[in-house]
Amino acid sequence: MNAAKKSTPGGGIFPLDKPDLLVAYRTMRRIREFEERLHGEFAKGDIPGFVHLYAGEEAAGTGIMMHLKDNDRIASTHRGHGHCIAKGVDTKGMMAEIYGKATGLCKGKGGSMHIADLSKGMMGANGILGAGAPLACGAALAAKFRGDGGVAISFVGDGASNQGTFLESLNLAAIWNLPAIFVVENNGYAESTSRDYAVAVDSYVDRAAGFGLPGVTVDGLDFFAVYEAAGEIIKRAREGGGPALLECKMVRMYGHFEGDQQTYRAPGELDDIRDNKDCIKMFSERVIEAGVVSRAELEAIDREMTAEIDAALAFAKSSPSPTLADLSTDVYVAY
Amino acid sequence: MARKISMRQAINEALEQEMTRDASVFIMGEDIAGGAGGNGDQDAWGGPMGVTKGLIGKFPGRVLDTPLSESAFIGAAVGAAACGMRPVAELMFLDFMGVCFDQIFNQAAKFKYMFGGHAQTPVVIRGMVGAGFRAAAQHSQMLTPLFTHIPGLKVICPSNAYDAKGLLIQSIRDNDPVIFCEHKNLYGIEADVPVESYTIPFGEANVLRDGKHCTIVSYGLTVGRSMEAAETLAKTGVECEVIDLRTLSPLDWDTVMDSVENTGRLVCVDEANPRCSIASDISARVAQDCFKALKGPIQMVTAPHSPVPFSPVLEDLYVPSAQQIAAAVKKTMAN
Repeated sequence: MNAAKKSTPGGGIFPLDKPDLLVAYRTMRRIREFEERLHGEFAKGDIPGFVHLYAGEEAAGTGIMMHLKDNDRIASTHRGHGHCIAKGVDTKGMMAEIYGKATGLCKGKGGSMHIADLSKGMMGANGILGAGAPLACGAALAAKFRGDGGVAISFVGDGASNQGTFLESLNLAAIWNLPAIFVVENNGYAESTSRDYAVAVDSYVDRAAGFGLPGVTVDGLDFFAVYEAAGEIIKRAREGGGPALLECKMVRMYGHFEGDQQTYRAPGELDDIRDNKDCIKMFSERVIEAGVVSRAELEAIDREMTAEIDAALAFAKSSPSPTLADLSTDVYVAY
Repeated sequence: MARKISMRQAINEALEQEMTRDASVFIMGEDIAGGAGGNGDQDAWGGPMGVTKGLIGKFPGRVLDTPLSESAFIGAAVGAAACGMRPVAELMFLDFMGVCFDQIFNQAAKFKYMFGGHAQTPVVIRGMVGAGFRAAAQHSQMLTPLFTHIPGLKVICPSNAYDAKGLLIQSIRDNDPVIFCEHKNLYGIEADVPVESYTIPFGEANVLRDGKHCTIVSYGLTVGRSMEAAETLAKTGVECEVIDLRTLSPLDWDTVMDSVENTGRLVCVDEANPRCSIASDISARVAQDCFKALKGPIQMVTAPHSPVPFSPVLEDLYVPSAQQIAAAVKKTMAN
């Protein structure tokens, strides 16, 4: 996809033309619908294990991933559903995986925290915070060896931005001039602990500078800001310009995990997020106001996404569970 | 054509032949060339023990000196492997696994299973193990049981130059993560090693000596000491069968159990600490599956359950000796 600015038929000045604007909206809605339905289903007690929702953060993952191809790799986090969807991973296979079913992308052996689809360049959600950064360095190193112009993106939250793995990776990528991009999804909380308490610097641009990397901070709620900043950084990396850090300031619409009572938040904070900081609502208002896309067109996409996730849920619920025979396959067993 | 070369040279030759054969093989580690960025010799060290000496000249760009940053570069090796490369990462002393173990046991070892069989991670992590170098508690450990405990890791520990070459070539061609344990006190010891490339399959122990009275099982440095004990005992009419496991995961249970079925006695020799060790693992399995064949109590000869001491006097007492092994054979023979 081309990051260059295009004038749109509706006369608005967006960096994407109308078909791509609709792709962006569809991706964000697909993520939101997926996550909100999971929220409801989890409350019923039907979903095993831990589930961490990406709702509220859609603009960042979508704005970045629209610049990527299948041979570009991403190393995701525990909050990985949005990254998967934005990277083109099938929602049916994802949903079945989250339900622990044999038809899941990982045959029910990974679950929400370990969804991967290497054919799409999605190297896995990760239950270990900060662990994806070295893996992304490796993916970037492989791309550099091949000379195929591929890039690798490492996602961490503001919490995992304090991990040694992340900081070491910034240095390694810098000295080897790797086509690696380090995205800090700063939603203000490391689980329950506030970012301002746990991160010693005010700006991630300063932290990047400490490792000799260019850094950019963007409003992660603004799809267009993310899209443009990521486009420049990714293009630069593809052309051999080396790694960079991109901080997306964003909000989390739900708790750290499903079931989190979120009493660490200030009174009214969640209402404010819902009412004033919904990145999809902000996107819709801008494109409708500019006259590029009609509300009816967006509502049609909404209905389409509801139907898609309905089908994904039905598929997951009706799929068979893995059996004893699956317990010890797909691993090298030496005993 | 075979000629006598050291285990150090055999490992170097294995790396050179595989890098020549397969362009996706590259090597990385701290000081493996040992001159990066300086104004002197780019191949100053060739690894702290000179194991990789000369390779950077033959394979420029494929011998990567890394920063002292084990989490980042081991993780990068794992990530590159997940993207189709075949990295051989040197961890210098495998004791350093402590700072990067997450990338090995939570990432590399888990991908295949966690991702439903859709991932493969052909990475080799090689480094030094074992005592006898006056290197004290953090540079001398035999951590083989720790690695063997993890499903998904293959664990190799050669006892001689011939096995080291064939097993390392096999490790590089294997599609699973391999921990390749090189006993530092074996580097200088020579054996007949063919010039040409060859592989030794995993899970095939080497029966070094036939005997009808007692089975001695070992690996690494203590294989030589087990042979020494067997030669001494032979003079008293006690014939021991000596088995070099060579690969700990997978482990050649058939050869071990067939031997115990014949001899009725077992001595397990392990340089690791005794709790949850290779020795205790084999003892337990043999006790469970060969109970009726046993004519005497299984004996374990291991390091004491202490860190490796510095004082040469203490360190020499630490590693199982031929005398201790012979005494253990006599003890089980007395029953």
